[in-house]
Amino acid sequence: MIYITLFLTFLKIGLFTIGGGYAMIPLIQEEMLKNAWIESADIVNFIAVSESTPGPFAINIATYVGSEMGGIFGAFCATLGVVTPSFVIILLVAKFFEKFKTNKIVSGCMSGLKPAVIGLIASAVLSIGKTAFFPDGVMLSVFTDVKTYVSLAIFAVATVMAFRKVHPIWIICLSAAAGIAAGFIIGG
Amino acid sequence: MGNKILTLFLTFLKIGAFTFGGGYAMIPLIQREIVESHGWVSDEDILEIIAIAESTPGPISVNTATFVGYRVAGVSGAFFATLGLVIPSFVVILIISSLLREFQEIKAVQYAFAGIRAGVVALVIKAWWTMYKKCDKTVSAYVIAALAFVAVAIFDLEVIYVLIACALAGLCVSLYAARKGEKSE
Repeated sequence: MIYITLFLTFLKIGLFTIGGGYAMIPLIQEEMLKNAWIESADIVNFIAVSESTPGPFAINIATYVGSEMGGIFGAFCATLGVVTPSFVIILLVAKFFEKFKTNKIVSGCMSGLKPAVIGLIASAVLSIGKTAFFPDGVMLSVFTDVKTYVSLAIFAVATVMAFRKVHPIWIICLSAAAGIAAGFIIGG
Repeated sequence: MGNKILTLFLTFLKIGAFTFGGGYAMIPLIQREIVESHGWVSDEDILEIIAIAESTPGPISVNTATFVGYRVAGVSGAFFATLGLVIPSFVVILIISSLLREFQEIKAVQYAFAGIRAGVVALVIKAWWTMYKKCDKTVSAYVIAALAFVAVAIFDLEVIYVLIACALAGLCVSLYAARKGEKSE
C-alpha cells in the first residue's frame, strides 16, 4: 500500500527533523533513494522549488513526493505523516511547559543533537555539491567537463550573494538565468 | 471561542501563504502577527516558543503554529492553526508538481535547473553557517559534529541511528559535567 508507506516514511522524517529546514536533507535523501521515489538531482531541484514557493521545506517535499507517487490522496497521506509528530509532541510540551524547560535529560539530548545537525548539514552540502558539479561522477567530470566550471562559477557568485543576505529567490532566479545562458552557449 | 479559532486559522493561513523558504524566514511574520497584531502571546513568550519549536522534532513553523494555537484556544486551536499553516503549501505544491513534470522536458528548463542546483549548494552552505553560529563552541560539540559528519558522509550510516547516538552522547557529556560540578562544590 503506497499510502501507508508514504504516511509512515514521512512520519519518520517528521519525527527526526530537528532544527528544521535543511538539517534533514540527508534523511530525506536516504528515504527517497531507498524507496526509489525520486532521484538525487530531483531533490536538489526541489530545494530550489521549495525556496521559491510558500511554506516550509518539509511540508513542500512531503506534498510533492506524495502527489508524484499517489496523487492527491498520496500528497495528503505524506503531509499528514510529516505534520503528526510535531503536532503531538508540541501538544505534550505545551502542557508540561515548565517541566520541559528545566528537564536535564531533554537539555542533555539537545546538547548532542544541535552539533549533530551541523554535521548532517555539512554532509548534505557534500552530496548536493556532487549532484550539482559532477553529475556524471567526479572522475569523469573534472578537467573534461565545461559544465562543471560553469556550475562552480555560478556557485561562487551565489555564495557571495547568500552571505550578503540577498533573498534566496533572487539567487535562484540568477542561477537559473546563468544556467540557461550557459546551456545554450555550450550546448548539449 | 469559535471566532478565535477562525482568526487563528486565517492568521496562520496568511503566514503559510506569504513566507517563502519556510523555517527561519517565517519567524519575523509570526512575531508581527501573533505578538503585535493580535497580542496572543507576549514578546518574551514568543521567543521561548520559537526556541522550543527549534529544539523539538518537526518543522519549526509547524511547531510554532501548534504551540501558539494551543496557547490561544487549546487543542482545537492547535489543530486549526496547524491546518491553516499547511494548506497554502499543500495547494501550491499540488499545482506545481503536475506542471513540473511537463516543464522538465523543455531544454531551457533543464539548463535552468542545472544552474539552480549550483545556486542551491550556496543556499545550503549559508544555512549551515547560520546553524554553526548558533551552536555551542565546546570541544564535545565539535567532536559530535565531526563524528556525525563522518558517519553519514563517509560511512553512509543511517541518519536516524546517528541522531540517536548523538543525543545519547550529549546526554552523557552533560550528566558527567553536572556530576563533576557537584563534586567540586
